[in-house]
Amino acid sequence: MFEISHETLVAFSKSWGLFYLMGFFLCVVAYAFWPSNRKRFDRAKTSILDRDDKPWK
Amino acid sequence: MIGRLTSTERQYAAVVLSLLVVAGIAMAALGRNDALGVHGVLVILFAGGLLYAVLSAFFEPEPREDREASYYDDPIKAGIVLSMAWAVFGMFMGVWVAAQLAWPSLAFDAAWSTFGRLRPTHTSGVIFGFGGNALIATSFHVVQRTSRARLAGQFSPWFVLFGFNLFCVLAVSGYLLGVTQSKEYAEAEWYADLWLVIVWITYLVLFLRTIARRREPHIYVANWYFMAFIVVVAILHIVNNLAVPISWGHAKSYTIWPGVQDAMVQWWYGHNAVAFFLTAGFLGMLYYYLPVRAQRPIFSYRLSILSFWGITFFYMWAGSHHLHYTALPHWVQTLGMTFSVMLLVPSWASAGNALLTLNGAWHRVRDDATLRFMMAAAVFYGLSTFEGSFMAIRPVNALSHYTDWTVGHVHAGALGWVALITFGSLYTLVPALWKRERMYSARLVEVHFWLAIAGTLIYVFAMWNSGIIQGLMWRTYTEDGALAYSFVDSLVAMYPYYIARAFGGLLFLIGALICSYNIWMTVRSVPLAERRDSDVPAAVAVPGE
Repeated sequence: MFEISHETLVAFSKSWGLFYLMGFFLCVVAYAFWPSNRKRFDRAKTSILDRDDKPWK
Repeated sequence: MIGRLTSTERQYAAVVLSLLVVAGIAMAALGRNDALGVHGVLVILFAGGLLYAVLSAFFEPEPREDREASYYDDPIKAGIVLSMAWAVFGMFMGVWVAAQLAWPSLAFDAAWSTFGRLRPTHTSGVIFGFGGNALIATSFHVVQRTSRARLAGQFSPWFVLFGFNLFCVLAVSGYLLGVTQSKEYAEAEWYADLWLVIVWITYLVLFLRTIARRREPHIYVANWYFMAFIVVVAILHIVNNLAVPISWGHAKSYTIWPGVQDAMVQWWYGHNAVAFFLTAGFLGMLYYYLPVRAQRPIFSYRLSILSFWGITFFYMWAGSHHLHYTALPHWVQTLGMTFSVMLLVPSWASAGNALLTLNGAWHRVRDDATLRFMMAAAVFYGLSTFEGSFMAIRPVNALSHYTDWTVGHVHAGALGWVALITFGSLYTLVPALWKRERMYSARLVEVHFWLAIAGTLIYVFAMWNSGIIQGLMWRTYTEDGALAYSFVDSLVAMYPYYIARAFGGLLFLIGALICSYNIWMTVRSVPLAERRDSDVPAAVAVPGE
């Protein structure tokens, strides 16, 4: 049976673990700063302050 | 409560509760004299009592309200009451065990009241009982308001709420009987754990279905935190509690994880319980109730998104800092340490975001104790996450680990952050939910605030002192290279700090009692406020006011 040695696992975690976290970080930053998202974020943060206390339907 | 269920929903309730009674009978029959048998009887009583309530109202007229026209708030109200009841119980047990450390005779020579059995009733009572019920209640409130959608179920919210409380009752009563898995914050045994899985998945489905009903194009960030809380706690709970019972008739089980892997899984669970049970959900509260109370939008929405993903992905790796200098591979310890230090960035981003939201409204923080609760919570959140990152550094941990410093750190977070943000949220939520103008007494909120702050500070300073003294005494050597102090020497040195700690906890407990009284009187006696949608001038939020 194929066995993963301790060294293989460590090498994998130290390289790909870092890459996927960096990649993930870039995706999140892109999402947060994407210009066309600005409108929905602004709406989201102000709309919770509306006094209206009823569901939309 | 039952009057607002349709007859089909009442049938659902009756069937589910009957099945639970049958499960209780099976547990009692299989368990006999084992603790499992006692718990079987408890399940029968719990489910039977609720079944009696459902059946006695079974043929009452059906509700004729238009459900789509209003939010479903009854389970939230029940959740708040349960949460405060658990707070009083859990904090009382905390004061008791703290007093036992100073005066051991308070164990009264009985098995059930020894420190080892009472201590988890305190931790589970406050974390799951108080914190969990508050999280369920506020998540039901926040998801409805921010999605502008009614809860996607009439029976399932009750199932989640009462099911979760059944788990808490089984856990806490089990500790008194001597039942434990010996895993910190996951002491409850296999049958209670299985039950919690069912309850928690129902919770997740209910939450997702409610979000799916929303009209808002964007899911408000508070819901992301609540969702992370629900999803990750499910994963943690299942993986850490994988165990094989010694038989169907016994409460005892053994974990499937061997040796150091068990330790790693336990602290992966344990630290993420801090992250996702005691942080993510409460940040959800912060991101909703703080802007609402201050009537100002959150300072930076983008920052809240960045810190959300930072917290979610960094915390996952931090657990191994609980296992410095153990059989765990050195690089895994280093990994945990590194991620713990990195965590400071998203944690301070959240704390800073909260405080900057209040910037320009400090006069309101001065006048309104409720807002001050939330401000102080953000400050304590910043302080305790800084302390946590610092203590995770291996050489610092060499001094702090196994000492009261750890206990002090946990309570700076649990009292200063988790409990304060909960009280602030409840003081905002209760008048809104029961449609009252304000809390019964603003002065009592003020008294509660100062009791909570004084209690937390006394507690934390006592534990800092005792922890560092302990740590230093344990590592002081004589010229011959022998240890200078025995363990008992260090124990004797702790005596004044243990008294101070019990006193700080007592102040905090009194605050919680005052809060319960204030909530009770708000529900009972203040006249109904004007209906909000009638003739109220719209409050316009000015960004950067």
